[in-house]
Amino acid sequence: MITDKEIFETMGMVRSQHLDVRCITMGISLFDCISSDKEETARRVYDKIATYAKDLVDVGNKIATMYGVPVVNKRVSITPASLVGAASGGYFEIAKAMDKAAAETGIDFIGGYTALVQKGATDKENAFLSTIPEALAATKKVCSSVNVASSRAGINMDAVKRMGEIVKQTAYLTREEDSIGAAKLVTFANAVEDNPFMAGAFHGTGEADKVINVGVSGPGVVKAALEQVDGDLTAVAETVKKTAFKVTRVGQLVAKTAAKMLGAEFGIVDLSLAPTPAIGDSVGRILEEMGLERVGACGTTAALALLNDAVKKGGIMASSHVGGLSGAFIPVSEDIGMIEAAEMGALTLERLEAMTSVCSVGIDMVAIPGDTPAEIISAMIADEAAIGVINHKTTAVRAIPVYGKKVGDSASFGGLLGRAPIMKVSGYSPLKFISRGGRIPAPLSSNKN
Amino acid sequence: MNVIISVIGKDRIGIIRDVSTFLADLNVNIVDISQTLMGEYFTMIMRANLEKSDMPIDKLIKALREKGESVGLDINLRSEDIFDAMHRI
Repeated sequence: MITDKEIFETMGMVRSQHLDVRCITMGISLFDCISSDKEETARRVYDKIATYAKDLVDVGNKIATMYGVPVVNKRVSITPASLVGAASGGYFEIAKAMDKAAAETGIDFIGGYTALVQKGATDKENAFLSTIPEALAATKKVCSSVNVASSRAGINMDAVKRMGEIVKQTAYLTREEDSIGAAKLVTFANAVEDNPFMAGAFHGTGEADKVINVGVSGPGVVKAALEQVDGDLTAVAETVKKTAFKVTRVGQLVAKTAAKMLGAEFGIVDLSLAPTPAIGDSVGRILEEMGLERVGACGTTAALALLNDAVKKGGIMASSHVGGLSGAFIPVSEDIGMIEAAEMGALTLERLEAMTSVCSVGIDMVAIPGDTPAEIISAMIADEAAIGVINHKTTAVRAIPVYGKKVGDSASFGGLLGRAPIMKVSGYSPLKFISRGGRIPAPLSSNKN
Repeated sequence: MNVIISVIGKDRIGIIRDVSTFLADLNVNIVDISQTLMGEYFTMIMRANLEKSDMPIDKLIKALREKGESVGLDINLRSEDIFDAMHRI
């Protein structure tokens, strides 16, 4: 029998500590939509998404009501559009069909305008990459991702070079809205096929036809639990583990219920501490609660390593299938602690890069000056990819060169995407290094030092 | 389906009557009640069963919330599953 104390604890987590399920994401395979005709492919894509995801928003809302836990976003991820559109070349048409289906079903985002070019790109994939800026500028809810590196293949530096240019062009085409297009474009190393989080969600080729993946959240719950801890860091880690277990159990329950109600496979629960710009829902504040004056101070990487590891240890037993990006996220614009620290100069890009070696996922939602050259963005991507490839983990870059803005300015993206101060980037040029192209070979996995 | 109903409000005569009568009218079967006074606030936790109730759970939640507002109480209903999931292995 559940005790009154336990009931009040759960209610407190929801009411005052922002416990929520960040997203229910339905992965849909679109292989059966492929045709050699552009319009026909787009029509099939629209029809399948609109049919499969018809009840997704309704089910998400019903589950939220039944369990009394908000389900913040309902999303769809699809088979990489670069594969679905290869036979017809109608990539842009697919993007429009995705956006139309997203509007029709009322979901928040749709991901999978994606290419996987970690080892090399076909002519078709190169054509696809060229469509990304325009596709993101012409749609509202479509998210795009490109995998440019893996621990098995190394780093495709030709693709890295292209991505710097694509990010710049996307930012330019959406310059009227603080270059928001770049906030919906992520460049990965070791991308995962079952990630429910945007902008990087896509439905991998090894996945079933219709799959439900759930991303949990709960930085506020962890912060509140740590406020009660006066002990050493062992006690801190134990508290994070116990809290992560409880949060993840909610995610598991929601995922199983949603899969059943939608007639889909239960895929995975993504054990994540995903912040929002709301007060009391910040990963940065957790690190500060551990004892740092500001996130970004010396000690930040160690504190984050403890947090990330304890979240995974606590969550892993709470779910029958764990996957996605699982870990603490550090998107600057979506975390009030990070925003403040970046504004006052406590948190720098270099510190963020160090942090990404011990957590999920990378240089995320970082606004940089609009005049940052493409090769510098490519070099940021290369650095993150190197951290991922060498350490056998997923890393990513979602940097937004905000058109017309410079260090000291601020960009606003709205909603969950939040706002961000423009951060300083090293101006020394990596042009020759990036221009070389080619591939950085896959790393040795023994003799680790 | 088993549910947990929480009731919080300023203490006064007739709170249990107000809530239990309302639930009885909706064919909701109360299987356990605990209540306590915290300062001047009355808090009650009810465990109930919806098997005999025809009302869908989302409508029931809304009806209870509205009833609560009309008599100065904060009433919430949730599926018991979420508490089991979080606190029991």
